[in-house]
Amino acid sequence: MSKKDLSLLVLILVVGTVVALINPRFLYVGNLSNTANQIGLFGIFSIAEAFIIIIGGIELSVGSVIALLGVLFIDLIVNHDVNWVVALAMIVAAGLVIGLVHGTLVTRMRIQAFVVTLCGLLIYRGAARYYTEDATAGFGFGASFPMLEWLAAGRTNVLGFPLPHSVVALAVVAVIAWVVLHRSVFGRYLLAVGKNEEAARYSGIRTNRVIISAYVICGGLTAFSAILIAMYTRSISPAVHGSFYELYAIAAAVLGGCSLRGGEGSIIGVVLGTVLLQVLQNLVNLLGIPSSLNFAVMGTVILVGVLGDQYLVQRRHRASAAKGREQASVAAAPLERVKVE
Amino acid sequence: MPAPFLELVDISKSYPGVVALDHVGLQVSPGEVVALIGENGAGKSTLMRVLGGVVEPSGGFIRVDGAARSSLTVADAIKAGIAFVHQELNLFDNLDVAGNVFIGREPVHGGPLRLIDRKRMYADVAPLLERLGCDFAADAPLADLSLAQRQLVEIMKALSLDARLVIMDEPTSSLTLAETDRLMRTVAGLKAHGVSIIFITHRLNEVMQCADRAVVLRDGRVVGALTRAELSPAAMIRLMIGRDLKSLYVPPAAPPGDSVLEIVDAVTDTYPGRAVSLSVRHGEILGLAGLVGSGRTELARAVFGIDPLRGGTIRLDGEPIRIASPRAAIEQGIYLVPEDRKGAGLLLDVSIAENISLPDLASYMRFWLVDTDRENENAVRQRERLKIRAPDVKTAVGSLSGGNQQKVVLAKWLSMRPKVLIVDEPTRGVDVGAKQEIYGMLRRLTDAGVAILMISSDMEEVIGVSDRLAVMHEGAISGFLDRSQFSEHNVLQLAVGHTITAEGP
Ligand SMILES: Nc1ncnc2c1ncn2[C@@H]1O[C@H](COP(=O)(O)OP(=O)(O)OP(=O)(O)O)[C@@H](O)[C@H]1O
Ligand SMILES: [Mg+2]
Repeated sequence: MSKKDLSLLVLILVVGTVVALINPRFLYVGNLSNTANQIGLFGIFSIAEAFIIIIGGIELSVGSVIALLGVLFIDLIVNHDVNWVVALAMIVAAGLVIGLVHGTLVTRMRIQAFVVTLCGLLIYRGAARYYTEDATAGFGFGASFPMLEWLAAGRTNVLGFPLPHSVVALAVVAVIAWVVLHRSVFGRYLLAVGKNEEAARYSGIRTNRVIISAYVICGGLTAFSAILIAMYTRSISPAVHGSFYELYAIAAAVLGGCSLRGGEGSIIGVVLGTVLLQVLQNLVNLLGIPSSLNFAVMGTVILVGVLGDQYLVQRRHRASAAKGREQASVAAAPLERVKVE
Repeated sequence: MPAPFLELVDISKSYPGVVALDHVGLQVSPGEVVALIGENGAGKSTLMRVLGGVVEPSGGFIRVDGAARSSLTVADAIKAGIAFVHQELNLFDNLDVAGNVFIGREPVHGGPLRLIDRKRMYADVAPLLERLGCDFAADAPLADLSLAQRQLVEIMKALSLDARLVIMDEPTSSLTLAETDRLMRTVAGLKAHGVSIIFITHRLNEVMQCADRAVVLRDGRVVGALTRAELSPAAMIRLMIGRDLKSLYVPPAAPPGDSVLEIVDAVTDTYPGRAVSLSVRHGEILGLAGLVGSGRTELARAVFGIDPLRGGTIRLDGEPIRIASPRAAIEQGIYLVPEDRKGAGLLLDVSIAENISLPDLASYMRFWLVDTDRENENAVRQRERLKIRAPDVKTAVGSLSGGNQQKVVLAKWLSMRPKVLIVDEPTRGVDVGAKQEIYGMLRRLTDAGVAILMISSDMEEVIGVSDRLAVMHEGAISGFLDRSQFSEHNVLQLAVGHTITAEGP
């Protein structure tokens, strides 16, 4: 765990403690379990976003993809009687294809990621609304998928704590993503491309392929989280479902230490970023703050967090410079002796 | 010599793990040219950054016109008449020449509107253009200028600030011979106007040409100073590296073998109408000389698969090959050390070890994961072999001195098995001692059978290191030279597109 991750963890504990002191309901098992569930759902697509930010891109269509694929998934299993395993595979495949298209447009057509994914945001949202004729998609009476529901939205009692399965899913995704990003050759390539695409190319890295892969990973993970979210909400109004989720994802990634310039990021940081955002959300609910202030509170805390981080970094710089000075005076001592001789 | 107006006394500066400057003293008198020389990482740039107010020294003081202070800010330095022509030029591509000269202090008119007074700007720049003998206009977009012209813009900026001292940190490292000559004349002109100059370079003939005296740094200390009368390459080398150097050229152990890389009628995007043919043999260093912009780098990029080849074929060991990407080139054993080390050669804020392993990560792979122990071991080996000066291999390359960064770029490729190594300006910014090491390394590679194509604009290097020379002019080969025909004269003749006459040098 890096120092940055650690300071984020401290921030989470501080905010959590304050909320718990003001309103002890924060610590109720039911509340913690619900918050954990939110973290699980949001964490997965935040990690997806992080992969794109790390290669120096941006993915703005996350929320719309979650709406479109969620609608499609429910439609497939409810109205078309597709076996849910098959439907799941189809939806994830659709997510991978969306990523492939985005990646190809960014690399081969040289369109800026911001533009490609902004268009995606509009197109997928429109498609979702058109597909359902703006009606809410959901499970009708009698429709029941006990296995799927238990897997995606169920909870398992672990030492008296109802652990949501979305958290298990996030844990699995995070561990794999951590190994891929921080230990694997491919992860090195991702970071290298994000840092300096030109130098990566000169080093023989197939930069276009790496970038496309990042978008494909992002698409697949987003699709996966779309299914979990659909199973959790159980009904989807395509006009609002998942809206602003890309911003949650970007905020979590940035809080977690990803640089929007690319080349930097930590999976632990992204997960912690998600945790912080969800604790804040919870704070707004529990402290009786008008929910209209939701985003304002979040924005303020992110700003304060980033400012504080900046301050700590600068202090560390100054401290190490001072340490350097000490070393210098030690090193200078023998020279003085030589001079005297 | 008039009394010094600027004195650095006992200046020290340390970074974590490195003492960059150790009680350094330096004086500058009006109208003198001081050469500051020393090995890579000796502390030259750091000392100048102290003078320019960019770096705060950790000890000592600076006396300007008799007033002592412990450090300067950038504003102080400008007020004191100190101007800095940076190793990496600080100019704006999207402005014109005059806009760059007056950036941040544009003359304004129109009262509260504060509109830029373009007329006055151009009028003020005109005499400067004249004085430096520039061949471009005040309203030329900077993006259209060559590196040498950009440097003149930086110097104009300094002069427009009434600089008394102009600091130039390796100004000639990317210039052609003719451009270097012109810069030398500019230096002489400034000196005649009473402007002092501190000149950092690794090319000792430039010191011989323009310096009034030389100050030598080693490991952050002043180890000696040479007056004009004492100046000689041998004396400078001895002070810089503490020993003598043998002559440059080392003949190959065995006569060169068959052609490895054959380039037949290659056409690149920059010169669509011109084709290049040349071949490099086993065990030889083929120098590729020519003016900057003659298409050498473009050729290298095409052979390495960065840019597409617009025509012609490339043969490796007699077999035609298709190189569609750098990956393909690397798989064939063709490597390129690029000219632009910051942009294309390195990941600056990544560690030495990770930079070195990047092109060959697959071979450090165990179950798709990077074996960092092996990666570090190799980096440590390369660091010792190339004498890369850094606290350890986890240091970010960006904090290394210029020459040591170049060594890291070389180390990237030397830890693999090249068949053909193309090096583009391999020793730009590298000190004499390290140059010698790099040349020795290239020779060891050729003796092991590697074919080397060395693009270089450094005449000493081109003539001193190559076994054979190809010279390019405007996108085509204007001639080949054997060692017996090597001379500055012949290279220059070919470089400007003339044929060489029988009379030779
Ligand atoms: N920002 C920095 N952080 C840490 N170390 C630094 C930094 N800048 C310079 N150094 C170290 O200080 C020493 C002197 O560096 P400097 O750039 O002054 O060398 P130089 O004489 O200009 O070398 P070169 O000829 O290669 O340009 C080097 O060992 C370098 O690694
Ligand atoms: Mg330097």
